[in-house]
Amino acid sequence: MASFERWLLPQGIEEALPEQAQRLESMRRDLLDMYASWGYRLVMPPFIEYLESLLTGTGHDLDLQTFKLIDQLTGRSMGVRADMTPQVARIDAHQLKQDAPNRLCYVGTVLQTRPDGFGGSRSPMQIGAELYGHGGIESDVEIISLMLATFKRAGLENVSLDIGHVGIFRGLVAQAELNQEQEAALFEMLQRKAIPEIQVFVQALDVSADMQQMLCALAELHGGEDCLQKAAEKLSSAAAPVKAALDYLQQTVALLKQQVADVAIHFDLAELRGYHYQTGIVFAAYVPGQGQEIARGGRYDDIGQVFGRARPATGFSTDLKTLVNLSASQTETPSGAIFAPRSEQAGRFEQISQLREQGECVIEALSGQQGSPADLGCDRQLIFTDGQWSVIKL
Amino acid sequence: MSHPITIALSKGRIFKETLPLLEEADIRPTEDPEKSRKLILGTNHDDIKMVIIRATDVPTYVQYGAADIGVAGKDVLMEHGGDGVYELVDLNIARCKLMTAGKNDYQPGSGRLRIATKFVNVARRYFAEQGQQVEVIKLYGSMELGPIVGLSDLIVDVVDTGNTLKANGLKPIDHIADVSSRLIVNKASLKMKHDRIQSIVDQMRAAVK
Repeated sequence: MASFERWLLPQGIEEALPEQAQRLESMRRDLLDMYASWGYRLVMPPFIEYLESLLTGTGHDLDLQTFKLIDQLTGRSMGVRADMTPQVARIDAHQLKQDAPNRLCYVGTVLQTRPDGFGGSRSPMQIGAELYGHGGIESDVEIISLMLATFKRAGLENVSLDIGHVGIFRGLVAQAELNQEQEAALFEMLQRKAIPEIQVFVQALDVSADMQQMLCALAELHGGEDCLQKAAEKLSSAAAPVKAALDYLQQTVALLKQQVADVAIHFDLAELRGYHYQTGIVFAAYVPGQGQEIARGGRYDDIGQVFGRARPATGFSTDLKTLVNLSASQTETPSGAIFAPRSEQAGRFEQISQLREQGECVIEALSGQQGSPADLGCDRQLIFTDGQWSVIKL
Repeated sequence: MSHPITIALSKGRIFKETLPLLEEADIRPTEDPEKSRKLILGTNHDDIKMVIIRATDVPTYVQYGAADIGVAGKDVLMEHGGDGVYELVDLNIARCKLMTAGKNDYQPGSGRLRIATKFVNVARRYFAEQGQQVEVIKLYGSMELGPIVGLSDLIVDVVDTGNTLKANGLKPIDHIADVSSRLIVNKASLKMKHDRIQSIVDQMRAAVK
């Protein structure tokens, strides 16, 4: 590498300069304080752990996203976390082992082998909350409300919520008795809503005409309020699990609307984010001008099983850096610092300490330094007149 | 709240054949891209504009939300991977085939084949499915030259009439996929501008022959 390229960072890896770092940190504190007020306790999962515990039960996507290395003490493979959710699930299932509902939140840098989405960061700062030990509408609504409160606190406007339920696709696949290969093929086409391809695929399946129509309809079941109505009609001959999922969706949204008035809700019954481990409601959030989702979440009841305890679980996560970039509210510029020139007068350092304790920022002069006090962000100065120290404007 | 909409199209055949379909959705460009140097064209609606870009860039624009709607060939979508966009409608225009082709006297032999193509991902996937280990050479155009000058054994390219192949002493060999243009939509746009976009989609779908 030529010397002039030594400053170069790997693709998708970024650093935060003072101004952004300050905004990130103040938003981080702000959000964690809010989560605490909802009863969510902070946990700090490790940055690196054995691959088996990171990846168990999470599917192929996360495996590809995870940086791997060998533990020289044991010879076992370790992974750098690419998603903190399974780690927090492990903590709940194995470390905390309580029967009461458990509310946990977390924030930290994750590392991903491939840039996720536009802007291409490979080191997002994941922040999120999980609720364990309750399988039902109230906990799903609480998590969605907390996600929406997060956006509000971050100053994001016009957020729209996209919501679906993996039980609908799962139920239809089970009813049609598709094999794993067929399920994977249909799943892939549904993610692209490739309606022409789905029609060709479904016609070749050995299922009833009714079933063919329902599988085709799934890709078109998206939209506003009327979507659930339409779904009830189009999926009228579906088995009980599908209808239960539709009911669940309807009740969730009804309860959510009582709590959160100002959110646009969009249904999409073919949206199956994290299908491999999600078991119920799945949702994501979008804002205008952003071509991709800014947060996602859902219910994943079985994930704790591999760590010893299957617990109902629901949660969401988002990227703190994205929130800061989208945030309309600028942090108010802090009032300027106080410059403290060198002096032999007594009481100088006591005065400086006192000001600092009052919350002021005091910057000491360094002999022979370059630049003016204003270059250091100072708008006031400490001076010694008439036998005492005082602060004057610069 | 008004939702401005951007439509991404590529010049040439796709643009020409998409216009009548857009017309059915009551969308008409105010200028002809063949005559104008502008990259952004207005339409008869204040809040709908068109961007004229290279065909291979259309999925990227739509994926990242720089355009809400786009028209892209299935060949381009297969090469792009189709991540992050919905392929809602087969517009049934700009039809052709993705094929392998070689010299008229080409005989399948043993050993590693060299494939010249601009569809690198498609070629890799196709030959892997055939159980063939190949070396793929990325070219940006005039693929037909590959076998003639000894750069490659075969090419992977879109074939319409087959005249270009014939004129260069090549013959089509294997059929990889049928290609036609798809109406693609950004995922977030379909969710946030649902009614507006769905109505354009429905009208264009109805107009497809």
